[in-house]
Amino acid sequence: MSATGKPMEGREANPADAILVADDIVVRFETPEGPVIAVDNISLTVAAGEFLSVIGPSGCGKSTLFNVIGGLLSNHQGRVTVAGETISGPHKSIGMVFQEESTFPWRTVLDNVAFPLELVGMPKAQRGERARHFIALVGLDGFENRYPGELSGGMRQRVSLARTLASEPKILLMDEPFAALDEQTRLLLGDKVLQIQQQLKQTTLLITHNITEAVQMSDRVLVMTYRPGKVKRVVDIKLPRPRTSEVVGSDLFGRYVAQIWSDLREEASRGMRDEEAHALQEPPS
Amino acid sequence: MSAPAYSHRLLAPPVVGLGALILFFLAVEALIRGGVINRFIVPPPSEIIASFERVIVEEDILNRFLLTATECLTAGVMLTVCGVTGGVLMQRYQLLQRACETWVAAMASAPIVLMYPLFMVIFGRSAWTIIMIGFIAALPPVILKTIEGISGTRRVLINVGRSFNLTPRQLFWKIQFPAALPTIFVGIRLGLIFALINVVGVEFLINFGGLGQLINELAERYDLAGTYAAICFVILVSVLFFMSLEKAERWLRPVD
Repeated sequence: MSATGKPMEGREANPADAILVADDIVVRFETPEGPVIAVDNISLTVAAGEFLSVIGPSGCGKSTLFNVIGGLLSNHQGRVTVAGETISGPHKSIGMVFQEESTFPWRTVLDNVAFPLELVGMPKAQRGERARHFIALVGLDGFENRYPGELSGGMRQRVSLARTLASEPKILLMDEPFAALDEQTRLLLGDKVLQIQQQLKQTTLLITHNITEAVQMSDRVLVMTYRPGKVKRVVDIKLPRPRTSEVVGSDLFGRYVAQIWSDLREEASRGMRDEEAHALQEPPS
Repeated sequence: MSAPAYSHRLLAPPVVGLGALILFFLAVEALIRGGVINRFIVPPPSEIIASFERVIVEEDILNRFLLTATECLTAGVMLTVCGVTGGVLMQRYQLLQRACETWVAAMASAPIVLMYPLFMVIFGRSAWTIIMIGFIAALPPVILKTIEGISGTRRVLINVGRSFNLTPRQLFWKIQFPAALPTIFVGIRLGLIFALINVVGVEFLINFGGLGQLINELAERYDLAGTYAAICFVILVSVLFFMSLEKAERWLRPVD
């Protein structure tokens, strides 16, 4: 917080402390209307144990950036390094939680969470014990033998989170994991993520379009512009830790939300105008 | 849920199903006795029920039933193994899929059963002629549904696999194949229907084997009640296969 009581402009994490570095990332897509730059020269660093959120309007390239950092998209310019090692595909140090429901419906909660442990050949008894630990961590003890189809959307997202955490990634990468949930569930799950992040000191990069969620959880929020997606501003969130969803009632929280919204509003309006222009060009069906 | 409510929920569907069937038979019986339906085309259900004992005792129904069921089972196992493997290969090799998918789809509507003379030349007047016709006629839906199931695996599940650094083999066996199982089972169900129709049809046509041959013989004797009773045993084969298939699916995919 600055002396004037205004939220502070953020700075990049010290590269020496950075566990994740994305350097000059550019992503172009070929479309029938010509090439589109989805991500334009984005650089970011995340320090060990830090919680960084990337926020931007729809269509700004957030999910593209998520795929680049997660190694799922390879046709990009720029470099992603994890603990100094340049990565060119999915990396064992990065665990990903996706926006869409991604549990395996044919596996029980226990088997879903034990999945990454099964891949590394951990003996059954040991992986069961390990999986139970992560199931308890996300607050789903008692549901080990249920199938995802028997759980609510929020519970299924917690299973996905537990499955990713079970692989013990150095960096947790989440793409709008609570986007499909209602606001109350989202706030409560935010609490759960915060609690886990603080308990495990888990380095986390969250992609979101929800300002409340970003401010509630993050140490820093990186605001992106509408297409082409660039870094507009990085905001340091100096709210005290440990945090819970109760922080949303504080004045400072409100000021952070207002500041980020003032940056986002312009970009979101630009995005809306762009979409309307595109819709007008489309012949009516 | 209370115990009576639970047992009510469990019992209601079979009771309603059985009740509807009995009502249907009573209506048919009434229409025949009233002269609306010609009894020389459709025998009264009471006569069909009365003929069961005769068909069971005099017509060696158990062996015929087992023979038709074995032919269906053999064709079913063959079409599951070959159909699923074929579908997987076609989905995996795009050239193969582009080259063959249309032909496989066209084969689904081809009246393979009319080629029985060719099969008799190759396999003789034997159970293998019946099995092979049942197998080939039933193959297309299994292949096509396998392709559809594997291709339709949700992108996010593939991405989960990729994020865990799965090899292509692991990705297939641990994600794509289990995700495709419900669709593959739809194909196998359709395939089994095609196989059963063709097996009984060819038994009827070449007058060889199990229930199809019996239906042929009873029809030639103009024993209409016996013919319909024998058809009931074909339905029983079908019911047994579908119940087994449902159990297999529940074992592989307990809850969707």
